[in-house]
Amino acid sequence: MTLVYKDLLSEFRSRETISSMLVFSMLVVAIFNFAFDPGSAYAQQAAPGILWVAFTFSGIIGLNRSFVHEVDKGCLHGLLLAPFEHGAIFFGKMLGNLIFISIVELLTLPLFAVFFNLQTLQGLPQLLVVILLTTLGFSAVGTLFSAISVNTKTREMMLPILFLPVVIPILLAAVNATAMIFDGKGWNDISDWLRLLAAFDLIFISLAYLTFGFVVEE
Amino acid sequence: MLTDSKSQRVENVLGLLLFLGMLMTLYNVFIYAPTEKSMGDVQRIFYFHVPSAFIAFLGFLVCAGYSVAFLIKRNHRYDRVAYVSAEIGVLFSTIVLITGMIWARPIWQTWWTWDPRLTTMFILWFLYIAYLMLRNFTGEDERGARFAAVFAIIASADVPIVYMSIRWWGDRMMHPKPVLMGDEDSGLAPEMLYTFLFALAVFLILYFYLMMLRLRQERTAEILNSMKKNLALHEE
Amino acid sequence: MIDVRNLTKSFGNLYALRGLNLTVSRGTCLTIFGPNGAGKSTFIRILATLSKPTQGEIRIEGKDIFADAEQYRNRLGVIAHATYLYDELTARENLVFYSKLYGIPDRDATVNRLLDEVGLGKRGNDRVRTFSRGMQQRLSIARAMLHNPDILLLDEPYTGLDQHASEMLTGWIMKLRNDKRTIILITHDLAQGLEVADEVAIFLRGRVAHSAAAGDFSNKEFQQLYFETVAGGRTN
Repeated sequence: MTLVYKDLLSEFRSRETISSMLVFSMLVVAIFNFAFDPGSAYAQQAAPGILWVAFTFSGIIGLNRSFVHEVDKGCLHGLLLAPFEHGAIFFGKMLGNLIFISIVELLTLPLFAVFFNLQTLQGLPQLLVVILLTTLGFSAVGTLFSAISVNTKTREMMLPILFLPVVIPILLAAVNATAMIFDGKGWNDISDWLRLLAAFDLIFISLAYLTFGFVVEE
Repeated sequence: MLTDSKSQRVENVLGLLLFLGMLMTLYNVFIYAPTEKSMGDVQRIFYFHVPSAFIAFLGFLVCAGYSVAFLIKRNHRYDRVAYVSAEIGVLFSTIVLITGMIWARPIWQTWWTWDPRLTTMFILWFLYIAYLMLRNFTGEDERGARFAAVFAIIASADVPIVYMSIRWWGDRMMHPKPVLMGDEDSGLAPEMLYTFLFALAVFLILYFYLMMLRLRQERTAEILNSMKKNLALHEE
Repeated sequence: MIDVRNLTKSFGNLYALRGLNLTVSRGTCLTIFGPNGAGKSTFIRILATLSKPTQGEIRIEGKDIFADAEQYRNRLGVIAHATYLYDELTARENLVFYSKLYGIPDRDATVNRLLDEVGLGKRGNDRVRTFSRGMQQRLSIARAMLHNPDILLLDEPYTGLDQHASEMLTGWIMKLRNDKRTIILITHDLAQGLEVADEVAIFLRGRVAHSAAAGDFSNKEFQQLYFETVAGGRTN
């Protein structure tokens, strides 16, 4: 919790991570509008996919920054020297990432709804649950891989290469559930996808938690 | 000591077996095995395609297993086995994808379809390309090995998850069902079965032979590196 | 008492530490010298529980440090050339953050006292990014002292400090030594390292090449000994 508060405070001061994530995420939404004929049926059909491409790629930007601050001044060592178990650091950073990415997603959503003429209000609660579950999985995998990629020679380059193939199943579930919500389907119809997402989250969170210690060891 | 004479002998025997086995397999596949009724000669690619898939999965399984062992025991030999095995896995999954496309073009009238098996194999291939890249971009030290091991564990857990999520995606199953242990009507003619099993055995020998070869190479490289380092220390 | 036995860190044929043996009595200051690649940093990292040894152990008052690492870290303060401070937070926020991590009861009083002690009482609400290197290092000392540790590890703390700041640091180390804390210092600077030391050790290729009481030498004598030891280690 302390760690989450520190991350939020630090971000609040510089605002560099969230602002670049947000601009990027909005740009993706806008650019896809040009790629497909705006307002066409084809664009409508692709809408759930576009939404998740925007969320995924802006998420990667945020995840990349997550450990840069910790490594630059050796702060990660400072955390590792504190008298608690190293897994706690994983949960702290994961929660911080979850909050950052969620904020950006929530801010992108209105713009997306305007561009794609969505009557999202009725499916909003369902959509929010899908976003939360997906972002949780992203944060678990992303926090672990961010701690790896920050220590590689290429730093930022490595994260998407590690992250994207692993999160494909999460992404697939998210896109499908989102498409159903946009089609006006209710809780019952998407419950299978939600359960699948929750199961993935559980698997990835536990695996990432168990292996995090091996990543941060010197 | 650069070479261990006992493992060298095993390697030689495997090499000989492999040579004879390969010749036999070629004879079996192209001459002995009967032509399949509906698909014709293109079906013969099956004898390379399916064993390659077996070896690809075996390679990744071994990689994941040795990665876990490495994290527990911290023995760098385990890490070496994991690395080499992933490399061979990438090679064979590439073969699987290519032979699959060659077969699919005349049979399905398309090179590619997003069938669960195809997609899973494709993502598996991506995962282990990422694994090899990660190894290239970290130092050849313990930390690099730990990173790779952690990624291998996550990636191997991901494979069944990918398969599951794509099956849920909808009924896009096009890929033929497994001919072994499949439904009752999907059996193979005895000659075909023999050809297939023989090819599988030869591919297994190929896997072990490649493993031994690459492991020896890696060992030699390590010895050379430490010699270089010692020399550099003396010259400093 | 810190008792290091047969400490080894290796990966394959590459050794960072080769069976290092060392004892440090309670309340003494040991300065470790040695050329790059001698294993000083690896040793400190293991002593700080950031890295695990391949073989051997470190016991403090008879207890292995990894047996109850969390409790041991509560007694441990580390000051390195990296400050472990967050640029975007103020000096006070940094200290409050770390004191939360350590679960310090009277947080505000402790933080204020330490800010005054390192002469940053007036700058407490300024962001760390506006601080000079010397001020950051002083804040880093305050950070390491929050939980009143009785074992201090100082890893090249003089790096990048100007004359004034490093005199101040020496003063601090003297003070900590007089408080009967156990101090292990790594430095390249022979004179500075000798000034604060009770005992000295010279590391070479992952072993202790020479150790002695600091009082036995003048600066000049020690310099001679250091170069002889390092040169001697190269040729055999």
